[in-house]
Amino acid sequence: MKSAVVQLPGLNRDRDMIAALTKISGQAPITVWQTETEIPDVDLIVIPGGFSYGDYLRCGAIAARMPVMQAIKAKAEQGVKVLGVCNGFQILVEAGMLPGALMRNASLKFVCKEVKLEVANAETDFTRAYAQGQILRCPIAHHDGNYFADAETLSAIEGNGQVVFRYAENTNPNGSANDIAGIINEKGNVLGMMPHPENLIEAAHGGSDGRGLFASALNVIAA
Amino acid sequence: MIKARVTVTLKNGVLDPQGKAIEGALGSLGFDGVGHVRQGKVFDIELESADKAKAETDLKAMCEKLLANTVIENYSISLD
Repeated sequence: MKSAVVQLPGLNRDRDMIAALTKISGQAPITVWQTETEIPDVDLIVIPGGFSYGDYLRCGAIAARMPVMQAIKAKAEQGVKVLGVCNGFQILVEAGMLPGALMRNASLKFVCKEVKLEVANAETDFTRAYAQGQILRCPIAHHDGNYFADAETLSAIEGNGQVVFRYAENTNPNGSANDIAGIINEKGNVLGMMPHPENLIEAAHGGSDGRGLFASALNVIAA
Repeated sequence: MIKARVTVTLKNGVLDPQGKAIEGALGSLGFDGVGHVRQGKVFDIELESADKAKAETDLKAMCEKLLANTVIENYSISLD
């Protein structure tokens, strides 16, 4: 399966993401710069984490209006899988590709630590390698991960199974509504999540709980 | 030239942790009787055109497309 990683000024997790995709799929992803208006044929497009445009205005707001996002939207409409991690998730909500918004952490602090994640929907193209309700370890590092949506939207995404990951075992680090850590679009091909699965894929990271997500998305056997 | 001011504030019902922290800090400075504090953003924008109707239309579009996230924020526009 071919993948692509989007690069924008201020993103800094792109190299971790490229390493994870290369190790898990055996193929280096294509890199796509923000001004590009066409994306080559790939099965998975990843928007990695970081601080695009210095988090000016709102996290992800400027990046979401760059030309490459129109190309990503077009690909997503065709059914190509899109994954946004951390700032990538913020960019996807700012671009209107996922519902809701990501606000300043309730503690007002930047939080960098490991949390427990519950797989709330194991029937997506990103989570098939996991069991429903499985608890994963996963690192987080963000200042604005406090997921917000109005009551109507929350009840719709809950009802549709669009909540894919939740902070488990009282580890909600940011005040996120319903402990939401990751959501998918209605069609099931665009996933955004605050935690960093790319940073827990091999023994050297202290564990490989994040590997199943890439193995699922790239259709390779989880190791 | 038209000078415009756009004010963006959080919608009612959206928790504003920064506003809460400021509210607490005002209290600890000894300012009594401070009620709720909500933090927002102000944009001062210069427009080359002198056409106020066009300016209002353009500013509204700027708010909807970029300056405000209408999921969580309201905006208001004033012209000089």
